[in-house]
Amino acid sequence: MSAASPDGAWRPSELELGRRAFRRRQTWRSVLVSALSTLVFAGLLAWAVLGSPGWARVAETFFDPEVAIASLPRIAQGLLLNLQVLVFAAVGVLLVAITLATLRTLRGPVFFPLRAIAAGYTDLFRGVPLLIVLYLVGYGVPALEFFPRLPVAVWGTIAIVLVYSAYVAEVFRAGIEAVHPSQRLAARSLGLSHAQTMRRVVLPQAIRKVTPALMNDFVAMQKDVGLISVLGAVDAVRAAQIETAHYFNFTPYVVAGLLFVLLALPMVRLTDWVTARMRRREQIGSIV
Amino acid sequence: MSRAADEAQPPAGAAGEREPVLALSGVRRAYGEHVVLDGVDLEVRAHEVVALIGASGSGKSTLLRTANLLEPIDDGVIRLAGRDISDPRVDADAVRARIGAVFQHYNLFPHLSVLDNVTLASRLVHRTSKAEAERRGQELLASIGLANFARAYPDRLSGGQQQRVAIVRALATGPELLLLDEVTSALDPELVGEVLALVRSLADGGTTILMATHEMAFARDVADRVVFLDGGRIVEQGPSREFFAAPREERTRAFLARVLPG
Repeated sequence: MSAASPDGAWRPSELELGRRAFRRRQTWRSVLVSALSTLVFAGLLAWAVLGSPGWARVAETFFDPEVAIASLPRIAQGLLLNLQVLVFAAVGVLLVAITLATLRTLRGPVFFPLRAIAAGYTDLFRGVPLLIVLYLVGYGVPALEFFPRLPVAVWGTIAIVLVYSAYVAEVFRAGIEAVHPSQRLAARSLGLSHAQTMRRVVLPQAIRKVTPALMNDFVAMQKDVGLISVLGAVDAVRAAQIETAHYFNFTPYVVAGLLFVLLALPMVRLTDWVTARMRRREQIGSIV
Repeated sequence: MSRAADEAQPPAGAAGEREPVLALSGVRRAYGEHVVLDGVDLEVRAHEVVALIGASGSGKSTLLRTANLLEPIDDGVIRLAGRDISDPRVDADAVRARIGAVFQHYNLFPHLSVLDNVTLASRLVHRTSKAEAERRGQELLASIGLANFARAYPDRLSGGQQQRVAIVRALATGPELLLLDEVTSALDPELVGEVLALVRSLADGGTTILMATHEMAFARDVADRVVFLDGGRIVEQGPSREFFAAPREERTRAFLARVLPG
């Protein structure tokens, strides 16, 4: 079948070349079909929206290009604050969440208070709405006059860390529990302590398992950093609100929304890529 | 014990009188530079039992996986009862529904009872009624002495019992061909016997089997034909007793010297 060429190297047979050509045609066909169906769908959607009675007014109040261009610099300036908050919050969430998840895995009666605190923490902060935590931390904690005056963005970051850590800790805990018990037995058999086993054997595997879920939480956090605007921090959302009042037009909100989508896109794509790569690895070349 | 290939009945609906159940010709599979199957030609006739032997990495498992289209091939043709199943137009699920496969690690579904494991494909793929599928499932479980475990979950069973359930699960839909991939390799030595006994009784009953195995004595006693793979090529094949009594190739002799005691 596979005819060897004079130099001994393998060359695909006519049959295989035919199959490859067929697969290529199939690929092209799929691309064409999806393009066509997208066009039809987009056309119908456009027809429904553009044909609606109120479209002219909506276009004017939400999609005014002049207002969009005029408001863009200030909103982009605000987005920089969101980015700063995001970076600090992401690092904070990772540290607090791993600590919480590890506390919950501690064995032995001595550690009961720590386990209980960790469990109570995740119960509490997964239950309270983020907005309420923002108000309590943003207005309540400074009122204690215990800390020096700090920008509201700092309090906003702390509130976000408090809430997201609770979620992410649960993700880590699920990952830790998904590592097969035999891995722990093997590590302990080598004489590693509980802490060494967690840090060197269990956590590295757990983090790998939950990476897609973590990245998903990160994407969610990317837009929730916009909520610090309720404390008065001039971030992208707040800037859009100010511009909206200034121009008497809602377009700045649309601009801010698009900027947040652009911010999320790289992470969303990266998440898809990482997930796909993990799936490929686990299937070792098989196709189902 | 010798059921020669020419006594074989043609499979129902086969294209021709003498069409083999499974026929590979020039099958090639490579991962990048690494060629796992390098132009393999192999036929399995109806009611024939063929054993694949060879060192780890010789391509036995890959060959079995290409046969039920779990592994794509890079060249060559695979025919099932005369029909080219390596054609991209072929419905792979329909092909797999006609082939039974059992793996090294049993792979029973832990969330389903033993009986549900056995009847799953009959009900979902072959649209057999629940009552009929369960009647047949109970019958199969009774035939391997596990009727009492029908409602139990797989973790209650020993490795040997799980593997025997996996084998009847593969048989429940009446496949034309049974693929066995090192079905005793993960078992404790004292559990190997019960699984081999089941395979032997299937072979005696006329089931067409292609199996990869490390059990040389079993291959010699049960298989009609033994195929020795090395480096992705078939080095030697022949009727099992002749094959073990007088291997012709130097590489076969070297391999047998390593794996056979004494």
